[in-house]
Amino acid sequence: MTNLNELYDVLVIGGGNAALCAAITARQAGASVLVLEHAPREFRGGNSRHTRNLRAMHLQPTATLTESYSEADYWTDLLDVTGGKTDEHLARITIRDTTDVVRWMETQGAHFQPSLSGTLNLSRTNAFFLGGGKALMNAYYLTAERLGIKVAYNAEVKSLRLVDGAVQDAIAVSEGAPVTVRARSIVVASGGFQANVEWLREYWGDAADNFIIRGTPFAKGLLLRNLLDQGVAPIGDPKQCHAVAIDARAPKFDGGIVTRLDCIPFSIVVDHEARRFYDEGEDIWPKRYAIWGRLVAMRPKQIAYAIMDSKSEELFMPSMYPAIRANSIRELAHKLGLDENALEKTVREFNAAVQPGTFNSGSLDDCRTAGINPPKTHWARVIDTPPFIGYPLRPGITFTYLGVKVDENARVLMSNGQPCANLFAAGEIMAGNILGEGYMAGIGMAIGSVFGRIAGRETGKFARN
Amino acid sequence: MVICNSCRYCEGFCAVFPAMEMRRSFSSGDLSYLANLCHDCRGCYYACQYAPPHEFALNLPQTLARLRADTYAEYVWPRPLAAVFQRNGTFVSLLTSLAIALVLILAASLRPSALFTPRPAEPGAFYAVIPEVAMVGVASMTFGFAMLALAMGFRNFWRDTGGGPVVQTRSLLQAFSDVLTLRNLGGGEHGCNNRDEAFSQARRYAHQSMFYGFMLCFASTCTAAFYEHVLGLVAPYRLFSLPVLLGMVGGLGMLLGTAGLMWVKVQADPAPAAKAMLSNDYALLAQLFLAAATGLLLLISRDTRMMGVLLALHLGVILSFFLALPYSKFVHGIYRSAALLRNAAERPTK
Repeated sequence: MTNLNELYDVLVIGGGNAALCAAITARQAGASVLVLEHAPREFRGGNSRHTRNLRAMHLQPTATLTESYSEADYWTDLLDVTGGKTDEHLARITIRDTTDVVRWMETQGAHFQPSLSGTLNLSRTNAFFLGGGKALMNAYYLTAERLGIKVAYNAEVKSLRLVDGAVQDAIAVSEGAPVTVRARSIVVASGGFQANVEWLREYWGDAADNFIIRGTPFAKGLLLRNLLDQGVAPIGDPKQCHAVAIDARAPKFDGGIVTRLDCIPFSIVVDHEARRFYDEGEDIWPKRYAIWGRLVAMRPKQIAYAIMDSKSEELFMPSMYPAIRANSIRELAHKLGLDENALEKTVREFNAAVQPGTFNSGSLDDCRTAGINPPKTHWARVIDTPPFIGYPLRPGITFTYLGVKVDENARVLMSNGQPCANLFAAGEIMAGNILGEGYMAGIGMAIGSVFGRIAGRETGKFARN
Repeated sequence: MVICNSCRYCEGFCAVFPAMEMRRSFSSGDLSYLANLCHDCRGCYYACQYAPPHEFALNLPQTLARLRADTYAEYVWPRPLAAVFQRNGTFVSLLTSLAIALVLILAASLRPSALFTPRPAEPGAFYAVIPEVAMVGVASMTFGFAMLALAMGFRNFWRDTGGGPVVQTRSLLQAFSDVLTLRNLGGGEHGCNNRDEAFSQARRYAHQSMFYGFMLCFASTCTAAFYEHVLGLVAPYRLFSLPVLLGMVGGLGMLLGTAGLMWVKVQADPAPAAKAMLSNDYALLAQLFLAAATGLLLLISRDTRMMGVLLALHLGVILSFFLALPYSKFVHGIYRSAALLRNAAERPTK
C-alpha cells in the first residue's frame, strides 16, 4: 500500500489527464510525487477516460493531423465559441504549447491513430488517441508506475488547509480511513462539480434532478468549494457548463459517448407539450451540438423529443438505444408519452411550412420553412414517410466551468490577486480561465495537458536536491 | 456491439471495428465474420470505458471468442461432428493417445523385431520399423480427408458470411499479407494486451515462430516426398540435407512458438478470455509441441535403439494431428484467413 504519511515534494489531487501530466512532469524533474485518485482503479482517469482527442496547433501535416492549424486559426475558433469570454494570455499559452503535446504524450507511451470516420471531420484540428481516453490514461499510469510515482486509489481529498496563501496539509479519506497528507506543493486537478447534484441545484433548482452526468460520478467539486470558501479567486459563470442533448434513457452517470444523438438537424425537436422551441437547422451540427443541452435544460421538465421519418434514419451515427418507431404520428406520440393531437398539429404545421429545396445532409442546404416560429432554416423536409421515429432527449452535462483563477504558471490566485505559495491547478477545475462559455472538441484535453505540464514543471522546482 | 458501433473509439485497433461500422444491424453471418476477423489482441477491452465493472459490462473480446467457438461447431464438416468442439481438449487428447497407441501396436505387430533393434540411420531405416505402404497410405488418406473437411468448412463459412463467388487478386494479396504479418494483432504496430494494460509483441512473435516453424516442417515433409518419389532417395537423410535442415529449424520454431504461446496464455488476464476456447487452444498447442518435440527427439536418437519407438511415437502424434485437423483449433486459421479475405474484398479501396 502507498505510504501516505511521508512528506512528498508534490501532491497531485485527481487522477485524470491534467493530474497525470502534472505528476509525470514533476517526477521527471526529480520530485517525489503522490497522486490521490478518488475513484477505484477500474474507474480511474476522471472524465479523461471518456475523451477521445486533443485539439492541437500544428504548422505542417503530421502523422496524426492533416494540413495545418495555426495559432491564429485556433485563436479565432476559441474566440468564436467563447464569445470573447476567455483570457487571451492564458489561451495563447495553451494554443502554442499544444504543438508539443502530441509528441510529449507519445514519449509517455500514448498512441495516436490516423484519423478515420465518425468524428465530426476533425482530422485537421484534433489528434485522436488510439482506443480513446482510457487507453491514454492506461499509458500514463504505466509510465507513472515505471517512474516511481506513488498512486493511491479510493483516496478522496476533502479539504486543504490554507494559511496565508500556503497549503499546510490535505485532509483526505483513503480506503475509508481519514488521513492527513503533507507535501511541499500541491496540484489540484480534481475536475469540475458536475457530479454534485446538490450544488447544481443551487443554480438550476429542481431542474438539476433531471440532468444526466455524462462522465465520472467522482467530480463532486469538494475541493473547488473548499478553496473558494478559503478566499481563492473564482473564475467562470457557475451556470455555464458543457452540456449536450443526449438520449434520455442514458444512465445517470458515466454513459459517455454512446448516449449522444446527432439526429437533431434532421429532425424536429418538441418539448413535453409537443411544441417546437428552437431552430433545429440553425447551423452545421459540429457548431450547434453543444447548445442543445442548455436548450433542453431550460424547457419545462427538462425533456424534449426528436421526431423524424424514415428518410432521415441513416443520416446520423446510431446511439446505443433503439429508435422508437411507429407507423403514424399518433402512435409515435403515444409511445413517447406525448399528447397525440398536439404532436399531430405540430407536425402538420411544420410540414405545411416546408419550402421546396434541394436536400444536402453534408452542408448548409436551402431546405427551410416559411411562416412558422421558430423556423427551421436548413434540412427542413416534410415528415411523411413511415415508419416515424422518435428519440427522447435530456440535458447531458460534461463538465462545469466554475473554477479557480490561475496565472500563467498554473499558480492559484487568491481573491486579493496574490498568488498562492505552493498551490497549483490544472484541468477542468481551472478550464474556465480559458473557456468562459461554449465549447469546441478537444479543447478540454488541450487545457488539461498544457496546464498539467506547467503545474508539473513549477512543482518540480519544489524537489529537494 | 450496438455500443461499439455508437462509440467507435477503438476503430484504430484492428479490422473488426471498421467492418462493424459498415453495418447498422448484424445478421448471424455478419457476427460469424466479425468473430473470426477478431485476432483476440484485447486492446479494445483495456481501452473500453464500458468494460466491467461499468454497468454496461462490455467485454468484446470475450463475446467474440464465444461466438468464434460457436462458429467452429457451426461450419464443421461433416455436420454431426460438431459435438467434438464441445469438449475439444478431451477429444484431441483422447485422439492423440489412441493414435500413438495404434501406431505402436501396429509397428509392434507388423515388425516386432524392428522396433527395438539399433540400426544405423541408413536409407530405408524408417520403413524397416513401419512398412512404407502403411505409412504413405495412412498419411495420404488422413491428409486428403482433412483437406476435404477444411475446404467444406471454408465453403460453409464463406456462404454464410455472404462472400461472393469471385475474389479479386488485390483482395487475395491483401488477405495473404494480413495472414503472414498478423497485422491486426494490436493496432498494427504496438502489439497486444496479454496480462494488463501494457502492450506486448510476445504473442505475435510466438505465433509467428510457431506458424513459420510449422510451414518449414511441412516444407520438410514435401521435400522429403520429392526426394523419395522423384529423386529416388529414401529417408532418413543426412543431417545437412534439405528435409532435415528444414525440419530441424521448423521444429525448433514450433517448440519455441508453442511454448511461448502457452506461457502467454498461462499468464494472461482471464477477464477478457472465453473459457470455452481455452481447452481448444491448449489442445492444439500441446499437439504441435508434441509433434515438434518427438520429431526432434527422433532426429537426435535415430542411431540408437530408441529410434523405432520414437518413430512410432512421432508418427502417432502426426497421425492424430491430421485426424483432428478439421476438428481442432487449427480451423481458426481457415476461418480467420477467410474473414480477412472477406474483409479485404469489402474494404473500400483508397
